[in-house]
Amino acid sequence: MASSSERNPPPFPASEKPEPGLSDMADGDSDSDEGADIFVSNSLPTSVSRGVSQPEEPADLFGQETPTAKPNRVYSDDDDLFAEAQADLSSDTPGNSARKDLSTSSGLPSARSPAALQPTSLEQLEEEEAKDCFDVDVAVTNPEKVGDGMNAYVAYKVSTRTSLPIFKSKVFSARRRFSDFLGLYEKLSAKQSLHGCIIPPPPEKSVVGMTKVKVGMDDPSSVEFVEKRRAALERYLQRIVAHPLLLQDPDVRDFLEREDLPRAVNTQALSGAGFLKMINRASDAVSKMTIKMNESDTWFEDKFQEVDTEEQQLRKLLAVVDSLVSHRKELCVNTAVFAKSMAMLGNSEDNTALSRALSQLAEVEDKMEQLHQEQAGTDFFIFAELLADYIRLLGAVRGCFDQRVRAWQRWQEAQSTLQKKREAEAKLLWANKPDKLQQAKEEINEWEAKVTQYERDFDRIGMTVRREVLRFEKEKAKDFKSQIIKYLEAMLQSQQRLVKFWEAFLPEAKAIA
Amino acid sequence: MTSIDDSNKEKLRSVSVDLNNDTSLLIDIPDALCERDKVKFTVHTKTTLSTFQKPDFSVPRQHEDFIWLHDALVETEDYAGLIIPPAPPKPDFEGPREKMHKLGEGESTMTKEEYTKMKQELEAEYLAVFKKTVQVHEVFLQRLSSHPVLSKDRNFQIFLEYDQDLSVRRKNAKEMFGGFFKNMVKSADEVLISGIKEVDDFFEQEKTFLLDYFSKIKDSTAKAEKMTRSHKNIADDYIHISATLNSICAEDSTPNKKNLEKLSDLFERLRKVEGRVASDQELKLTELLRYYMRDIQAAKDLLYRRARALVDYENSNKALDKARLKGKDIAQAEDHQRQCLQKFDKLSESAKKELTSFKGRRVVAFRKNLIEMAELEIKHAKNNVSLLQGCVDLLKTN
Repeated sequence: MASSSERNPPPFPASEKPEPGLSDMADGDSDSDEGADIFVSNSLPTSVSRGVSQPEEPADLFGQETPTAKPNRVYSDDDDLFAEAQADLSSDTPGNSARKDLSTSSGLPSARSPAALQPTSLEQLEEEEAKDCFDVDVAVTNPEKVGDGMNAYVAYKVSTRTSLPIFKSKVFSARRRFSDFLGLYEKLSAKQSLHGCIIPPPPEKSVVGMTKVKVGMDDPSSVEFVEKRRAALERYLQRIVAHPLLLQDPDVRDFLEREDLPRAVNTQALSGAGFLKMINRASDAVSKMTIKMNESDTWFEDKFQEVDTEEQQLRKLLAVVDSLVSHRKELCVNTAVFAKSMAMLGNSEDNTALSRALSQLAEVEDKMEQLHQEQAGTDFFIFAELLADYIRLLGAVRGCFDQRVRAWQRWQEAQSTLQKKREAEAKLLWANKPDKLQQAKEEINEWEAKVTQYERDFDRIGMTVRREVLRFEKEKAKDFKSQIIKYLEAMLQSQQRLVKFWEAFLPEAKAIA
Repeated sequence: MTSIDDSNKEKLRSVSVDLNNDTSLLIDIPDALCERDKVKFTVHTKTTLSTFQKPDFSVPRQHEDFIWLHDALVETEDYAGLIIPPAPPKPDFEGPREKMHKLGEGESTMTKEEYTKMKQELEAEYLAVFKKTVQVHEVFLQRLSSHPVLSKDRNFQIFLEYDQDLSVRRKNAKEMFGGFFKNMVKSADEVLISGIKEVDDFFEQEKTFLLDYFSKIKDSTAKAEKMTRSHKNIADDYIHISATLNSICAEDSTPNKKNLEKLSDLFERLRKVEGRVASDQELKLTELLRYYMRDIQAAKDLLYRRARALVDYENSNKALDKARLKGKDIAQAEDHQRQCLQKFDKLSESAKKELTSFKGRRVVAFRKNLIEMAELEIKHAKNNVSLLQGCVDLLKTN
């Protein structure tokens, strides 16, 4: 569903530099000093200075891709690594030629223009085509704290790039706050015309998270929270515009285009826990229905069961992935502590060569800590968040099954009301009350029309649900595939850097005498 | 019966280098048996020395026997000027045993496949602890056999040869020595650090260095342990992830099924690599630090003994002065003083030699282990790279 955009996984802001595009947005914006603080204050100075400068244009956001961002980081690391290695090593020849190659090629990334991205595989070509079909790209960036104290809130920049005629311009943006996103969802889910559609649910509200942010946005856990939310809001919008029906909805257009949006009220019910409670309450209501649905088509029953089971399994998986994230963070801490201890040991060591090797080992472990930190970031932002999104989406899928059942119920109730009206008419005929009879006949006509309407509604919803589920399954497979690939590629690059770190250390160890 | 074959032993024997190559006395532990809490080591000796009754023989020994031997050596005054190789630590299976217990309790919450994999991991961990304890006991004996003086020790010979239970001798030993020397060493740090005037620069430097180094290496050992444990936790998480993905796949009929299958398969392979990263780090890094921490303690013990001898000598000087003043027992006091000086000088000379060779030994061992660790890290990371690349390619082509 969100496969239309290959977004760079937002790293844990504590140790990572932001996407070059984003930091530029921060630099360029006149009113986004706080935005700049959030990103710049947490980034490595070297990477920020290496950030490629571009004109401030929302289009650049969409041109930023993973391959361009990563190499910058890799080379800047290697530069530092080999600078030290060259200074320290006196006579190690085998590594020399390799080192030279890398230092010359390190000049390349800064010259490369990150905005141009050639599709490198068939997969990407197909995605480009798919993009062209819809040709809408949205991004959510620049979280900024507005106001002070408990009334403060965070405003995000929602940028759109499109060539579709339904929009007033090709490139535009608007500032929105979290409740605006919730409000959009509320409007969409209330629409009769969209019943049976799987409407992507917004991310969870969090009182704890937001309170911390209201107090101050500078500490790492607040930064992490804001980043998590920003990324989730972006995926939410991307899924909405990827849906053919939702894209055409005027409320969606308003959300993206309008300068000012009326404040959304009553979004309490839609906060994370509230959303799921709502779905579950509806499910309970359905299951408590006295008239059990006479399911002629087992497809719906089977599919519902599948969805339910999968949702539970994903929850289980998410719990394990959460455990992985926390263990990896633990590994970070332990590695950093070990590195310091090793540095101290190196200082104590009286054999010169061994002392230097131990100090180098301490530095390698420091670099490992950074790798683990980044890995924890991708574990969370790509893997865990993917699972969390789909747990919510599966809840939404369950929701439309329930909508279909309620449509059936309405039809059945109308039928029984019609029956009652007919019986009433019969009674009147027998009692011979001509004036009331006319009214009765009118009511019968009214209800006959309703029955026909509701039956049609029910059939229509059934078709919509079927269509939506099939579409959802296809999108899910695409989404999972692209996210898994992204996750694995990040892990891959991390391991490649690991190899380089240890390969640089090896001559140091061999030089011990 | 768990046995270790030669190729495995080569890999294990890395903490102390270049032992066991003097063919006149070759010692190894080819076999060990774990019975409940007790580990029974088979100590095998091959010798060309005439001091032994047979050229090739084996005896069963328990951990307590090793401790007896170590203590006997420490208590022997003649060896006061030597670094006595540190006693091997008691076999500790508490870690894996506790985990096995927890696993048993949580069996109902996981799939059969998951449980089997976790159990395999734990059995491997158990085996690793077992191998480590065999190695460390073996190295202890090999240090002795390669030492010019200690290899000739009578108790050492008894340990290697005596084909009956040593426990009787052990009890006698305790009564004999009464932990005399050991009790002294308790306040050894104070003895060392207190204002004994050190005449020799070499020893002054050594003292400062060893005291400082010991506390740092002790710290590093503890931190390395924690790091290794984190790696193990991550490997376990990978098992759970793989297993849960498998359960999802089993019920999945959507096009997503094959994506998840590939991911599950990948995590299963990744966890094996991660497990090996953890155990290699443990062996090459943590074990290295741990061993040399103990060795440095042994070197410190040597310094304590020398410091004690110096105190004795200074006391004997004072006694001689007193005797001269009183005019009584001068000859006796002179004799005593001469003996103390002799003892001190002999000890100092021996200690200097020992400490210098210790330095060399330590540097060589660190070099070997750091190189091996770096090579293993590279190997495992490259393995990960190819696994990950393989999975990515597989996903992209479908």
